[in-house]
Amino acid sequence: MDLQFLSSTPTDDERAAVDAAVAGQAPSRDLLLPALHAVNDRVGWISQGALNHICRTLEVPPADAYGVASFYSLFSLVERPKRVVHACVDLACKVNGAERLTDALTDAFGPASGKTGDVTWLRSPCLGVCERAPAALVFQAGEPATEQLLAPVASEALVEVATLGPSTVDVPTLVPQQGDGGLRLLKRIGVVDPTSLDDYRATGGYSGLRNALLLGPVGVIREVSDSKLMGRGGAAFPTGRKWDATARQPVRPHYLVCNADESEPGTFKDRVLIEGDPFALVEAMTITAFATGCAKGYLYLRGEYPKALHLLENAIAKARERGFLGENIMGHQGFSFDIEIRRGAGAYICGEETAIFNSIEGFRGEPRSKPPFPVEQGLFGKPTVVNNVETLVNIPLILTEGCEAYARIGTAGSSGSKLFCLSGNVRRPGVYEVPFGATLGELLELAGGVPEGRELRAILLGGAAGGFVRPDELDLKLTMEDARAAGTTLGSGVVLVLDDTADLGGFLLRIAAFFRDESCGQCVPCRIGTVRQEEALHRVVGGKKLSTGGDDLLVLREVGQVMRDSSICGLGQTAWNAIESAIDRLGALEKPLERGKRA
Amino acid sequence: MTAIDIGLPRRLVEFELDGEPVRVPENATILDACTAAGTKIPTLCQGDTLQPANACRVCMVEVEGSRTLVPSCSRKVEPGMVVRTDTERTKTSRKVVLELLASATDLSTTPEVKGWLEETGAEPERFGPPAPPSDDRDHRQPGEHEVPDGMTAATVRQPVKVDNDLYVRDYGKCILCYKCVDACGDQWQNSFAITVAGRGFDARISTEFANPLPESACVYCGNCVEVCPTGALSFKAEHDRRENGTWDEERQTETTTICTFCGVGCNLTLHVQDNEIVKVTSPHDSSVTHGNLCIKGRFGWQHVQNR
Ligand SMILES: Cc1cc2nc3c(=O)[nH]c(=O)nc-3n(C[C@H](O)[C@H](O)[C@H](O)COP(=O)(O)O)c2cc1C
Ligand code: SF4
Ligand code: SF4
Ligand code: SF4
Ligand code: FES
Repeated sequence: MDLQFLSSTPTDDERAAVDAAVAGQAPSRDLLLPALHAVNDRVGWISQGALNHICRTLEVPPADAYGVASFYSLFSLVERPKRVVHACVDLACKVNGAERLTDALTDAFGPASGKTGDVTWLRSPCLGVCERAPAALVFQAGEPATEQLLAPVASEALVEVATLGPSTVDVPTLVPQQGDGGLRLLKRIGVVDPTSLDDYRATGGYSGLRNALLLGPVGVIREVSDSKLMGRGGAAFPTGRKWDATARQPVRPHYLVCNADESEPGTFKDRVLIEGDPFALVEAMTITAFATGCAKGYLYLRGEYPKALHLLENAIAKARERGFLGENIMGHQGFSFDIEIRRGAGAYICGEETAIFNSIEGFRGEPRSKPPFPVEQGLFGKPTVVNNVETLVNIPLILTEGCEAYARIGTAGSSGSKLFCLSGNVRRPGVYEVPFGATLGELLELAGGVPEGRELRAILLGGAAGGFVRPDELDLKLTMEDARAAGTTLGSGVVLVLDDTADLGGFLLRIAAFFRDESCGQCVPCRIGTVRQEEALHRVVGGKKLSTGGDDLLVLREVGQVMRDSSICGLGQTAWNAIESAIDRLGALEKPLERGKRA
Repeated sequence: MTAIDIGLPRRLVEFELDGEPVRVPENATILDACTAAGTKIPTLCQGDTLQPANACRVCMVEVEGSRTLVPSCSRKVEPGMVVRTDTERTKTSRKVVLELLASATDLSTTPEVKGWLEETGAEPERFGPPAPPSDDRDHRQPGEHEVPDGMTAATVRQPVKVDNDLYVRDYGKCILCYKCVDACGDQWQNSFAITVAGRGFDARISTEFANPLPESACVYCGNCVEVCPTGALSFKAEHDRRENGTWDEERQTETTTICTFCGVGCNLTLHVQDNEIVKVTSPHDSSVTHGNLCIKGRFGWQHVQNR
């Protein structure tokens, strides 16, 4: 290809960052995202010279690379301060006083997105630490870049860290149920050293893979199918069926993608799993690859999860050292597999199962049209298994205890246990593990219910793409089938609790803003529909009317219906769910919403 | 994409279209079948020389068993499929998609759309009066936006980009159909001068860093203008005449001839108004060009008019 590049040249720093990121690898387009990260990490933004150097190195047209870089919210294409504070303003943090943080940041450093001075700050979508809301992430570009997550954080402390710069403080990852003998997925969290492969093995680690190697790929798929495991990423697709369809594809290679992009507001279970038990995910991916014939796995990790990144890097390196990754794994002749981590860069949509392929390949993270499905043509056009972190972490359990024992947990329609992310107005927020079939009320009780003296007002189930349920629906059994029958969804396991102090109108407006911000922009119903939804919601919540006097609830309904019917992907298709359920299930929005009683 | 049909017999697939049994060659899209059956489906992002982008969603139809509506421009017909083009659901979808587009975009030069808006009963005004044009669309950061008050409807209105002598970019008319990007990129021109940048409602067609076209990789083939369905891209000669009110398609003739610059032999269609060439296109079904030309054929006609 005869590409035309820019005349701008990189600085020494920019050149060094790019060269280090691609060192030892054949130049190819899929290194674009890592190369952009390298520059943004070292310099804090991506200049014309830096982009041009990336393009020359990887033979990517500059316009294309610009299209990719400008897709991600963690990158800046204009100069800005090296220190960036990402203050979470999403659902759980909003309920827990995020506004106090943003007010303090405005006082200290001026309005958001400033381009001058030593510090700038941005409003961030959910940072995935809702159990410790309100949260902020302080990022400092440099060699190496450093990050500090502050959660929960008070205004003064945040301004202080923002002024002085981030330092590495290790906050242990804990779960409220720690020590409960019934824990399965969470049993190692906070109990074993997440950096130690020996600890992992001493607590049963790698016995699943050992059994898998004895069973052979067909046997493993049979176990997983018979376990009736369903995907935990939100769509609840039977995992065995997905694996079987991929394994049968004659085309090689096959790829495995672990979806650790966790960006659904209110979701933080995958982060907790990775931070507390990273080797389990590595083992699970290895078993999956063995069963489905994948030679390579990509672990697509959210860009805002620095601690998870370091622990995974460590786990993968140690597994490789000890023959649990690489060639002839665990002495099994002919079974080779390795894992590469890819960092996301601030785009919820990249968790969609085909957008994730485009993102890894170095294209804009736009979902692809289906069919063809990933099992036929996925990453690099090859048959691909995409699974969520929590789904995968079930695999070693199935392979150690057997599918029958596994399937006995839970209900006939929903086997196993499920992680729920409790946050909002709840006494003991965190990730909880319960067998499918527990009721919403029981789960809420585990977490201590709403704070003293408050009254439960509503629960957002399943995340921004999920729906609200009422206080009189607490006997809802938490299973895929019961949720469906009740016209709601468990989604990614979000249980966000709102009490009578919560500002429901503001909460709905945040959901609408989230979808507008995160739409990839590819299709009209979602690109423009999410904007019209937000605008109409502002009118309804604020008790305003257009001079044309139309019925804004009807506008919301029609736009919502068409987003659901005609959008390309699940983002647009679900962008109206929560608001619809607030209207139909909570009876909200009938008259202008007042702010919460005590807020 | 060659037009040479080597005549391999294609199997026929039978399916149901609006209650009637229909047979089409395998690999046909639902849209192909509709066109053959005389059922009109509006399309915008579909291009006769390009792969489907699936982006505009005006062509959606109902397929039995599908949770969502499906884009007829790209979905292939399968045996036994039951397709309906004219249900309440498809009508609502078409109306709202057109309303959304019309509320955000200047569609004054998009052919046919006026009729569709009327047919579907679209009322783009119900989203509120259009917000004033903005000049920062090229530099918006993904993942953030100004909090709206709901009293105006956000639009893509913005200043027209006139930064070269050959063609004009009026992105206030752009529906983001991806056609220009595909034509400039690996589907035809391989120049990769333009891309979709940004995200969501702030997504836009752009060069790298929104640099002016003369600093970009553009070779002025005009193939993007050829496929643009909205007039967001137009030849400068056309743009200037539209501006001063002298553009008049009624008075234009079209003559297809062969380009004399080189031996490839591209078909040129000369659009002539008042004895002056005002635009050069190329027939999309030409097996030589598929509608594509180079700068010489597209723009190298001034000498003809030196009188
Ligand atoms: C907009 C959008 C975002 C998504 N984000 C995630 C995510 O962050 N993590 C995830 O596992 N699945 C996510 N999904 C679901 C995936 O598309 C896919 O269904 C899932 O990764 C499949 O894995 P599973 O079968 O193990 O659940 C998302 C879907 C959509 C539509
Ligand atoms: S529904 Fe939204 S996020 Fe999904 S492809 Fe369309 S514009 Fe992109
Ligand atoms: S004129 Fe040709 S090279 Fe220039 S942007 Fe259009 S298609 Fe690309
Ligand atoms: S400029 Fe024209 S061809 Fe390009 S995306 Fe916009 S409407 Fe489509
Ligand atoms: S014509 Fe089918 S989606 Fe645009």
